[in-house]
Amino acid sequence: MPIFAAMDGLPPTRPTRRRTASSRPHGRPPASARVEVAIAGGGLVGLTLGVALAGAGTEVAVVDAQSPEALTDAGYDGRSSAIAAGSANLLEAIGVWPHLHGEAEPILDIRVSDGRIGRPAAPLFLHYDSAALERGPFGWIVENRRLRQALFARAAELANLHLVAPAGVAAAERPGGTAERGETGIAARLNDGRTIAAELLVAADGRRSPLREAAGIRCLHWDYPQVGLVATLTHELPHGGVAHEHFLPSGPFAVLPMTDGEDGSHRSSLVWTERKDLAPAMLALDDAAFAWECQRRFGDSLGRLGLTGPRWSYPLSLHHAQRYRAGRLVLVGDAAHGIHPIAGQGLNLGLRDVAALAECLVDARRLGLDLGAGEPLARYERWRRPDTMTLIAVTDSLNRLFSNDLPPLRLVRDLGMALVDRAQPLKRLLMLHAMGLVGDLPRLIKGEPL
Amino acid sequence: MAATAAAAGPETDGNVDAGEVAKFGQFAATWWDPEGEMRPLHRMNPTRLAYLRDAACARFGRDPRADRPLSGLSALDVGCGPGLIAEPLARLGASVLGIDAAGESIAAADAHAQATGLAELGCDLTYRQTTAETLLSEGASFDLVVSLEVVEHTPDPEGFLETCGRLVAPPCPAKGKRPAMPGGLLAISTLNRTLKSLAMAKVGAEYVLRWLPVGTHDWRRFVRPREAAAALRAAGLTVTDATGLVYNPLTDSWRLATRDLDVNYLMTAVRENA
Repeated sequence: MPIFAAMDGLPPTRPTRRRTASSRPHGRPPASARVEVAIAGGGLVGLTLGVALAGAGTEVAVVDAQSPEALTDAGYDGRSSAIAAGSANLLEAIGVWPHLHGEAEPILDIRVSDGRIGRPAAPLFLHYDSAALERGPFGWIVENRRLRQALFARAAELANLHLVAPAGVAAAERPGGTAERGETGIAARLNDGRTIAAELLVAADGRRSPLREAAGIRCLHWDYPQVGLVATLTHELPHGGVAHEHFLPSGPFAVLPMTDGEDGSHRSSLVWTERKDLAPAMLALDDAAFAWECQRRFGDSLGRLGLTGPRWSYPLSLHHAQRYRAGRLVLVGDAAHGIHPIAGQGLNLGLRDVAALAECLVDARRLGLDLGAGEPLARYERWRRPDTMTLIAVTDSLNRLFSNDLPPLRLVRDLGMALVDRAQPLKRLLMLHAMGLVGDLPRLIKGEPL
Repeated sequence: MAATAAAAGPETDGNVDAGEVAKFGQFAATWWDPEGEMRPLHRMNPTRLAYLRDAACARFGRDPRADRPLSGLSALDVGCGPGLIAEPLARLGASVLGIDAAGESIAAADAHAQATGLAELGCDLTYRQTTAETLLSEGASFDLVVSLEVVEHTPDPEGFLETCGRLVAPPCPAKGKRPAMPGGLLAISTLNRTLKSLAMAKVGAEYVLRWLPVGTHDWRRFVRPREAAAALRAAGLTVTDATGLVYNPLTDSWRLATRDLDVNYLMTAVRENA
């Protein structure tokens, strides 16, 4: 993976002008370059798509405002992600997983319970055991920083993946052609005025996607009256691969098993949904007091809890783009959708976009089709939008059902969980859903090559 | 070749219906718009391209998942229109000549290839306004000859198929560094002449669904698979496959069907002997 602060070394528009990065003097870099697919945004989703496409032979440029060093710095993103089994299959199939070097903790057990602060979990709870399914762990908890490092390590092995960073995409341009005759290409104009021409431009530029807005794609959006608090907890006892989802009146309180720290401490990742008006007080606490608030909510099953590293908080909202494509622009990940973190599916949804889009594009490329011309993108949109709609409906209703303290609802949901816990076929289906292994799955999610 | 042909002006004296040529020439401007008048062809394209690619890869021992699996093969697209098949074949690595009797189609094809920058991608693609008969009289032959949705628009469909068949290259023994080549492959697609095709492709697509402009097809020129096979055998080819192409209105997509050749079908044939 050549990394270019400027666009030196990218394939120039005309092959006769092609030079290697090393042979080019420090003078002017080419004013324009040409690839098959340009990706705006080198975050987890954008970079994974770049690696998947380049691994299948496609010429790809990934543009990001941050350099790889900045993106993998310990202070940049201290969060962890739940990588569902299907997403892990994808990372394995595109050669990223080995670069994690075991920095991933398997989720062997999921315990869902209803509760109140200061009380132990309700006796009726739902227990998912991955051993019952015989399909391996439900998923893994991976630190985002480790995942980024693994992605960059894999990207470095791919000569046809060009990273243009730090640089920003200022606008999408439609050179030549008219809508009537079918547009023949698209170009990403960078902040410094240079352009990367491509058949297809992918917007992986986050929830406020400037490319989506510039394309006039409207977005359904609403805010939850909740805030997500994220931190890394240490605890006396090993977690045994158990993920806890504890439903409190303010929202779900999740404690997810992480790999042990470098000092040998046992660690779990905390995802705490709190009412917006209560969150500032929680954030203002010192580490010891914050850990105590966690202990009150979680109980003693892991022994004494402590806090390591900084805390993050972000407002929770839901958004969904009304279309996933406009001409030769296509949306993936947060640019297309953002959901409530209640089921830990946000990144997994983005990675399923990656697997589906990569399959549509690689299949089209093997037919000699133009990657940005209608057909492959229409297939991607037909494939992904309904799946996302379903998950939005499920996570939103789960949140409405659980984030309250009304006694009748408590009884209904407790009975519901107890029933699900006894209904083996339904439970099995729910488990496979959580693993991301239900539906018309892309080849990469099934762990097959592209 | 293209330059000399252009200088010599259009050559359209072959098995060509001037009315049909003018009809398709007028669609040329919007042909590449996936939501335009040729939308049905765009929808059909992935399925028929997959059939072509897999047949060619099987014939010439190529891996369909490889980059540019058809590189080193010469290909002719007869009745190429603005290049819906010729461009993908060139992207798959073949050296492609696209011919069409309609000057507007050739102009649109050239303009599209240029705007797309196919030459910069290393694709070898030439267009020429001429006919299969002219190429045959020049002694040309190709590893791969394709003609999709064209047969039914010619005045003498069986004569047209035989001419296409004669443009398929014979086997070539190893010569110096060049490895031996098997005889060439021909692939056509057309419409069967059945009551079902009259109902669906003519009345349904043109008058009811308004998919195609009225008058796109003349049902009496549709060719039965048996007639097509006989014409290809007359050209010295061996017919290797006939497969139906079936539309699913629920998914708005096409699929291959080995048993249902009643409306659209594809056929392949090869030249086994010199």
